[in-house]
Parts: sequence; C-alpha cells; structure tokens
Amino acid sequence: MKSFKLDWLILPLIGIALVVLAWQVSSKTWAKELPTPKKTWDASKDYVMKPFEKRGEMDQGILRFTWYSLILVAKGYALALLVGTPVGFFLGLSKAFTKTFDPIIQVLRPVSPLAWLPLGLVLFLGAGKQASELGALFTIAICSMWPTVLNTAVGVRAVPQDYLNVAKVLKLSRWKTLTKVLIPATLPYMFTGFRLSLGIAWLVIVAAEMLTGRPGVGGFLWQEYNALVYEHIILCIITIGVVGFVLDRLMSLVESRFKTA
Amino acid sequence: MPYLELKSVSKGYGVNGSRSEVLRDINFTVEKGEFVAIVGYSGAGKTTLISLIAGLLRPDTGTATLNDLEITAPGPDRGIVFQNYSLLPWLTVFENILLAVDQVFPNYSPEKKRQHAEQFIAMVNLTPAREKRPSELSGGMKQRVSVARALAMDPQILLLDEPLSALDALTRATLQDEISRIWSESRKTVVLITNDVDEGIYLADRIIPLSAGPGATLGPSFTVDIPRPRDRKELNHEPRFKRLRREVMEWLIASNKKKAVTLTKNLVLPDIMPEDLSVPRQLGGRTKPIRRSEIKAEVVEMN
Ligand SMILES: Nc1ncnc2c1ncn2[C@@H]1O[C@H](COP(=O)(O)OP(=O)(O)OP(=O)(O)O)[C@@H](O)[C@H]1O
Ligand SMILES: [Mg+2]
Repeated sequence: MKSFKLDWLILPLIGIALVVLAWQVSSKTWAKELPTPKKTWDASKDYVMKPFEKRGEMDQGILRFTWYSLILVAKGYALALLVGTPVGFFLGLSKAFTKTFDPIIQVLRPVSPLAWLPLGLVLFLGAGKQASELGALFTIAICSMWPTVLNTAVGVRAVPQDYLNVAKVLKLSRWKTLTKVLIPATLPYMFTGFRLSLGIAWLVIVAAEMLTGRPGVGGFLWQEYNALVYEHIILCIITIGVVGFVLDRLMSLVESRFKTA
Repeated sequence: MPYLELKSVSKGYGVNGSRSEVLRDINFTVEKGEFVAIVGYSGAGKTTLISLIAGLLRPDTGTATLNDLEITAPGPDRGIVFQNYSLLPWLTVFENILLAVDQVFPNYSPEKKRQHAEQFIAMVNLTPAREKRPSELSGGMKQRVSVARALAMDPQILLLDEPLSALDALTRATLQDEISRIWSESRKTVVLITNDVDEGIYLADRIIPLSAGPGATLGPSFTVDIPRPRDRKELNHEPRFKRLRREVMEWLIASNKKKAVTLTKNLVLPDIMPEDLSVPRQLGGRTKPIRRSEIKAEVVEMN
C-alpha cells in the first residue's frame, strides 16, 4: 500500500518539485526575464480561479479560452477523420490507389502547420470574416489526418485472410464485406490513428490561433507575448500540456475498448 | 458422371525462382452423397486441396468441376469448416451463424432466420453459449460453431478441413459421432480432411491417402466396406478395419520414403579447384568467375 502511493503520488510530486526548482533557479540566474514560479502564480491567479470569466475579447478565464480552442479542434479533427478514414480504406484496399497517392502523402505528411496556415488563409480569402476560421480548420484537418490515413490503411492490409475467406465463401456483397468484415477488423488500428490524430490536432490549434489571432489558449499566449506579460505564456503552456494529456488519456480509454473487443 | 471431379490438378505457391509445387497430378472424384476422407502428413497440401475444391484457389493446371460446372469461385453451395475455425471475433455465436443464414436465405423472414440459426446452434449443443463471442469459447466449441455455420448454409457439399484436430481425444470422439449422425441424417456429400487414419476409416465410405510433399499426390482410394452404424469399440477388433488401417499407413509411409532425400552439406574446400564451367560466369553483374569454394552450401540429392 505504501509503495503504491509512492509510485503514483510521491514520485511524480518529487519530479514536479525538481522542475519548479530548476525554473526558480533559472529565473534568478541566467534567464532574468523569466518570471519566477511565485510571480507566475500571482499574475495567473485571476485566470485560474475564475476560469470562465469574460472581461474582454482577449481577456478571459483560462478554461473559457480552452473551450474556444477545443471547439475549433473538434471541428478540424472531425473533418480530418471524415476525410482520412475513407482515404485510408482506399489505400489499404487498392494497390493502384496506393501507388498513385502514397508518394504525395509521404511528401505532404511532414509539412509543418506553420507552412499550411498561410495557404489555408489564402484559400479562403473570399470568405471574408470567416477566412481565419476556415483557414485554421483546413490546417488542423490536413495536418492531423495523416495518422488516421496511414493506420487505417495498415489495418485494412492486416485483415486476416481467414476473415476474407469467410466473406468470399458467404458471397458477401462489397458493402457487406466492408461493414461486416473489413471495418470491424480494422477498428483497433483506426482508433490508434484517431488517437494520434487528436494529439496532432491539438498541437496545430495553438499554431493556428497564434497566427490568426483568434481567441483561445494559443491566441492568448501570442497576445500576452506581444504585451510582454510573460507569466501568462507559462500559464498557457501548462494549460495546453494538461489538456493534451487529458485528451490523449480519454482517447486511450476508447481505444483500449476496441482492442479487447 | 461423378459429382465432384478434379482432373490432373496441380498447384504451387510463389513465382518463378522460389516457386514450389505443392500438389501434383491430383485426380479425384466424389459421388453425390458420398463421404470421402483424405489423410495426409502435416504440410502435405491438404488445406491447399480443399481450398481448390472450395474455389478459394484456382488450380495451376487441370480442372476442378462440381456438377459438371467448373469451380471458379467460392460459394455457399460448398460449406467449408476451416482448419482454424475462421469465426468473426466481433460477432457472437448466434450472429456468426446468422450472418451465414442471412446470406444464403435472403427471402426468409427475420423470425425464420432466427429460428433457423438457433436450430443449428442447438444441433451442436451450444444453445447456452449463444451470446458468447469466439474469444470466450474453448477450441472445441469454436469448432462446433464452425460446423454449425457450415451446416446452416444447407450446402450441397460439406468440406471439413481437419475439423477435429485441435481437440482432445474425448471431445474428438463425441464430435466424430456427431458428424457421423449429421451425415446419416442429411446425406450430404462430405469431403473430410484429417491427419488421423482411424478417424477417416470410422467416418468415411472411402479413404484416400495424400503423399508427403512437396509435389504431393493422391494415392489409391480404399473403400471402407464396414457396415454402418459403426461401433467405435468393436471397430478395433474388426479385421477389415485393421487391414485398412495397415494398408493406408503403409502407403503413406512408403510415399514418404520414395521421395528423394536431400541434404545440404557445407563445402569446405581449399581454393585450388579449377574453374567450374557449369556455374554461370556473370552472376549478379560481376565478371569474375565464381569458384566452387565461394559457394557456401549446396544441395545434394541422395538416393
Ligand atoms: N499462401 C501460401 N503461400 C506460400 N506457401 C504456402 C501457402 N499456403 C501453403 N503453403 C505451403 O504449401 C504447403 C502445403 O500447405 P497446406 O496448408 O496445404 O498443408 P496442410 O496439409 O493443410 O498442413 P496441415 O496439416 O499442417 O494443416 C506447405 O508447405 C506450405 O508451406
Ligand atoms: Mg491444413
């Protein structure tokens, strides 16, 4: 019992304490501009203790900002899954499709969100006020869909021949083969892709908000950097990290349900 | 006219260089309503043979016909019990069978489909496991679901690929009786693949040995002239049974011996050999002649 508590409580707390100490020391020695932990807390208290308050467009509680960001991520992520899953299926099913599109996917995959965003803004220039949101959605979707595409394709290729033989012997139609055999057999792989995609979508949101200046954690971070309120940068970083961690955990739960099934 | 006929069928895997012939010159007929057993060594090509009959594979040469029609694709008229059960793990026992029923009898009402599926679950005594998934079943239970699925399709011919090989002796005997009973009730044509000669003799009208691979071929067909119903206990004292078993075993053993035995021997020779002209000079784009001593191993045929 004692060692159990040590494992999940004491040791992580020691880790956090060490990092805070290093932070404290850094801000006193070589990084004089870096706010100390104490200063950071004092400046952030309002945002954390009243997390849903709205004082102005760019001055809101931290969870309110997080909420805006999450909504935008959800939209872009949904778009990524909607496009990525079918593309993954086509890649897994058709050699010709793979040969045609695999090179271009491999080239587009490593492109950074910071590179996609300007293109997204240009693409939706005609949309007027909506341009920045559409551009951000485009960027989130195109950056986060690759794990879904690739994992789905791998999953489809890994469907055991036995299951396909059953489909053949029963003379299942194409549609039934897809819904009764291919999709259930691929689900565990798909969900691994979904989880990785969500991680990337969350990474991208910050970049997207920073560049478009939309309200949200990323936008707030960038604004406070420009306003020289460095404490809030740290607040945002911590928030982004915690939210990303929680999202990943939630997705792992969903994923493991499909693994055992 | 035979019901099922394979004429000089051969089948191999791989392409060109690495190609190996698994089945060679297979000739094989089955009459309607007949129960034929094929026995052979592990890896001889039994699953390959049954896949050819099922239409999952096409022969490289020769033809396979059912009812005088060439077998080109699998279909529900040939119920197959796969060696590894091949149940869909995300469906329950009932759903696995219902999927087949749904496919073969699309005109049934939903109620009738359900009844039909349940009838076959009951037949293999799995009603209590109706809502279980394959991962919750024992090997023998999976085997039975697989049999029930094949039978529920009401196929013209039943192909059983070592349906009992994964089971312990007791369960195996029970299911053998089950298969025997099902067959005598439905009089379906059955091709049973097995690695157990006794099982083949106990169940079948004819038993055919498959020689050891590679390039396995079927031996003579031995008619099992033991009247049914056969009694397992008495069978062991039955002279016809003993004689059949001996003959089939002897044929199988002889087929394995006849095969040229090859062994790979390592060559440790000093580099004083003259150039070997039978070895290609320009292997892999190099112009230097290859010396025998550079060959690390070679296959030598022993007789
Ligand atoms: N898809 C494949 N690709 C290449 N080689 C294969 C393939 N399937 C089978 N083989 C080879 O063909 C030979 C016969 O295989 P097969 O599965 O028909 O044997 P089997 O008699 O059913 O064996 P067992 O009793 O163990 O089930 C084996 O040597 C195997 O390695
Ligand atoms: Mg086999």
